[in-house]
Amino acid sequence: MDKKLGAYICTGCGIGDSLEIEKLVKLATPKVAICQTHPFLCGKEGLSLIGKGIDEGVNTLIIAACTGRAKQDAFLFEGKICERVDLREQVAWSHKPNDEDTQALAEDYLQMGIVKVKKMNLPDPYLLETVSRAVLVVGGGISGMTAALSAAGAGYDVVLVEKESQLGGYMRKLAKQLPTKPPYEVPEPPGVFQRIKEVEAEQRIKVYLGAQIEKTSGQPGAFEVTIAQGEIKETVHVGAIVLAAGFIPYDPMKLDHFGYGKYQNVITNFQMEEMAKEGRIARPSDNASPKAVLFVQCAGSRDKNHLPYCSTVCCRTSLKQTRYIRENDDKASCYIIYKDILSPGLGESFYAKTQEDPGVFLTKGVVTGITETENSDLIVEVKDSLLGSSISITADLVVLATGMVPVAALGEEIEGTCDVKDNIEVPSDAIIKSNILNLEYRQGPELPGLKYGFPDSHFICFPYETRRTGVYAAGCIRSPMDGVSSMTDGCGAAFKAIQCIELTAKGQAVHPRVADLAYPKIFTQGCTQCKRCTVECPFGAYNEDEKGSPLLNPTRCRRCGTCLGSCPERIISFADHSIDVVTSQIKVIDIPEEEEEKPRILCFVCENDALPALNLAARKRLMYDPAIRIVPVRCLGSVHLVWITDALSSGFDGIILLGCKHGDDYQCHFVKGSELANYRIPKVQETLDRLRLESGRIEIHQVAIDDYDKIPMIFSKFASKIQEIGPNPFKGF
Amino acid sequence: MAGLTCAIESSEVGRKVVLVERGPCIGGRIVQMHKYFPKLCPPTCGFEINLKRIRKNRNIDVLTLSKVEKVTGKKGNYEVTIRQLPRLVNDNCTACGECEKVCPVTRSDDFNYGLSETKAIYLPHQMAYPMRFAIDGNVCDRCGACVKACKYEAIDLEMEARTHTVRVPSIVVATGWKPYDASKIDNLKYGIYKDIVTNVQFERMAALNGPTKGKILRPSDNKEPNSVIFVQCAGSRDENHLPYCSAVCCLASMKHATYIREQNPNANAYIFYIDIRTPGVYEDFYTKVSQNPGVTFIKGKVADITQNEEGRLVARAEDVLSGKQTSQTADLIVLACGMVPEGCDNLPVDVDQNGFMIAGDLYPVGVAKRPIDVSGTTQDATAAALLAMQKP
Repeated sequence: MDKKLGAYICTGCGIGDSLEIEKLVKLATPKVAICQTHPFLCGKEGLSLIGKGIDEGVNTLIIAACTGRAKQDAFLFEGKICERVDLREQVAWSHKPNDEDTQALAEDYLQMGIVKVKKMNLPDPYLLETVSRAVLVVGGGISGMTAALSAAGAGYDVVLVEKESQLGGYMRKLAKQLPTKPPYEVPEPPGVFQRIKEVEAEQRIKVYLGAQIEKTSGQPGAFEVTIAQGEIKETVHVGAIVLAAGFIPYDPMKLDHFGYGKYQNVITNFQMEEMAKEGRIARPSDNASPKAVLFVQCAGSRDKNHLPYCSTVCCRTSLKQTRYIRENDDKASCYIIYKDILSPGLGESFYAKTQEDPGVFLTKGVVTGITETENSDLIVEVKDSLLGSSISITADLVVLATGMVPVAALGEEIEGTCDVKDNIEVPSDAIIKSNILNLEYRQGPELPGLKYGFPDSHFICFPYETRRTGVYAAGCIRSPMDGVSSMTDGCGAAFKAIQCIELTAKGQAVHPRVADLAYPKIFTQGCTQCKRCTVECPFGAYNEDEKGSPLLNPTRCRRCGTCLGSCPERIISFADHSIDVVTSQIKVIDIPEEEEEKPRILCFVCENDALPALNLAARKRLMYDPAIRIVPVRCLGSVHLVWITDALSSGFDGIILLGCKHGDDYQCHFVKGSELANYRIPKVQETLDRLRLESGRIEIHQVAIDDYDKIPMIFSKFASKIQEIGPNPFKGF
Repeated sequence: MAGLTCAIESSEVGRKVVLVERGPCIGGRIVQMHKYFPKLCPPTCGFEINLKRIRKNRNIDVLTLSKVEKVTGKKGNYEVTIRQLPRLVNDNCTACGECEKVCPVTRSDDFNYGLSETKAIYLPHQMAYPMRFAIDGNVCDRCGACVKACKYEAIDLEMEARTHTVRVPSIVVATGWKPYDASKIDNLKYGIYKDIVTNVQFERMAALNGPTKGKILRPSDNKEPNSVIFVQCAGSRDENHLPYCSAVCCLASMKHATYIREQNPNANAYIFYIDIRTPGVYEDFYTKVSQNPGVTFIKGKVADITQNEEGRLVARAEDVLSGKQTSQTADLIVLACGMVPEGCDNLPVDVDQNGFMIAGDLYPVGVAKRPIDVSGTTQDATAAALLAMQKP
């Protein structure tokens, strides 16, 4: 496209009062076709000024006004290249007005904007030849069936794969389900059988029973899935996947301290449910109807030696099971020994109702031992009870309230595949070979787990985001949850699957860069098969060919640019973001001569958190050092080391990077980006030391979006450190 | 969060959405939180991603200061009448802030739960969307100072209420919650002793953009507290107040204990509880907080709060099951009050015995439906986006 550049400078909101606008116009004019100013650019008149330029053929715009985070609806020019140069937040609102350093800052930003639009192109989206709009649902339990039904109900075809010979999962094994309707006091007949009927009646759902997934290859919009049903194998094409493979009960054989496996009359809550379903509640040793049943809560849960987490439903399950016992024999007593009764939200009504039953005794306590009497009764020792420091209760049946283990946690853990040539220490992800999806992905066959094998999202705000684009986990495989939540979860995951398909069909990225049309392009001839891109991509977007060259699956890509930052050969670029774009921006910044004693500091900021934090600082009119030149990046993981060396060789005195928190509670929206930057930067620092150029010239900081008050201080500390180190010796070369 | 999430998610599969918000900006109560449990990360981090998604989005029509007045029709074809109150500031506003400087009138800042004041013309908060000032028509005396100060003709004191009529196939109800009125719990003395605050107020006290710029100070003398008591189930799980459990207060108080300990490593936090409720992997957060040497968990329901001769607050607790009694003095007491559904009178939707909405033809989500945390709200809202897409 032949570019016709138009630069529009707003002088409102204090910009004009703080800067010599004529100088900016003079600077831009030779480089653009049109350069105009307006005191209220986002207003009707200002916008019509821009509109007039567009009518005259301007197709590449530089809007030098407020932050690109403001007035986006006003400055939205579809089909045009548009760069927002921030003269308000980054210049006028955060620096001394009418000062030569502030003026120099504005001039640099304007130049950077102009060179950026010259170097960048409008993206041409990646469009799959054929998009499969079908959804694969793995698991025919309540979450999976709900996912399938809700997707089908919205007009999407569904392939439902269940490894058992019938649908229904654990819910079909229940005698009764927890209350789902007001007043939430009475257990209900399981609703799962109605769901099964609906699934069987739904034309859009194709069910494979007794089936397993042998192989999943491809990418969102075009997954190819091999389903094995005994000897028969079939290949289906789907656009996205809901992973609802569920859980298994925690292995009670590991709970021998509660006498399981040793004493016949110690059973699990799952066994109690089966007995109730069969309508015959009897103790195993003599088939007698139990008179005193003791429930041990958190049997193997909330226990660092077993399952450290809470399985969420066991308390309410035991409350429910007391009804079975009491309905079976109204003279029988029930004891529940708990740590805390977990009946959150409206579940409280059910707990309150159970407490009204005079035959149910609840006490907080710790079960320290269980012994058996001659007639197979059980003596349960309870410590720290509210009723006394140590008590013993005789029961004729003990029920262990065991928890849930996600099926994704079952299997051998594979080591991260970190055979990168240059020995860069890449933190690898634990992937468990749980034999669920069998993904043909270079980084491993299943989803990376978050904790305890749950492929849950780390994000509170975005609970469906997994590390594999187009695969959304739901139900108890994602997190322990009750039936109602599992249904909601299945529906939510199905929605995300549909959304992924629809966005992919338009060539758009999914979360968190929804609507981004650019994607990485690789100049493969230049590749040295170092494998960094394939190993470092946080989302496993790359496979490898036989030679070890990267094979990108563009619709798996989230557009973080980590691969761009990783590639030593600099062969990965986006239409609107590349090594060249940023290098050119760095080079256009005016570096004053050493004698002027005006240091220059380059600052890469994460545009998701650090940049808004800077905007917030400006809103509070917090001032910071005018030596700093900000370059926003999509993620710190996309910062290429060549930008740092380029900056140093251009005479920058220091470089500072502001990214998101990493580690266990990471805040990086691309999971790994900021962490990778923290691995890469020390490598550059080592190089600097070797060149006898002080490594202290580079710093990397973790800042959150609400750290806006800290950023000016980080800047001023760094600036004084640079002052101490002295000017960059490369200056002027 | 529920409404915002559902709107954005729906719009990204190409659906048109009308988002009706009663307040001057979207985002609900999450933007008033300092941190989220269990990661202790700022809510505005995920909110910013959502704003990014909405700013360029042409499928969502955001109506602030609006309320549904009437719904007619049926599933698949509703006609909804919406009344929008005048903001008195139009979309010329650049949020430059000149108007605020000259405004002579102040109002209680509901964003800070009344712990501070704003001018009559105010930006709801620093990350508000729409990023526009609003005038509180109830307190503004129409002096016109702001009109003169605004260079962008953004202020229109003559602006009138508007009525919008829209036709939609589905309605999602995400009307959210409000904190339980702590002054109704007589024995806990809220409103009688100054140094008793609610959990939502405490959240604002800890926030950098809050009334004390993030410094936790006790209201009576602006001193840093050395001991803080958290009263769990303040009005919750209580037949006389809210019979249900609000699902988040345990985790919220644990989070609050970390705020205290971070600001003052010598301070002690005491959490009085009936049951600690940390479902799923939230248990890890409980483990982490209980390992903090300055945080003590005491099983017991606080029966009353008094002030001793030295002027310190004393909480007396009783275990409902064992009858054991304990008491503890502190500089500041935080009442972990529960959530009450906000509701909306003009919607054809049934409610349960506690006022929470029941799913039917309309899709209630988030705390409108039942007490739930942020992640559960988002889960719910995403699911509702698909329910709203079901073919008849």
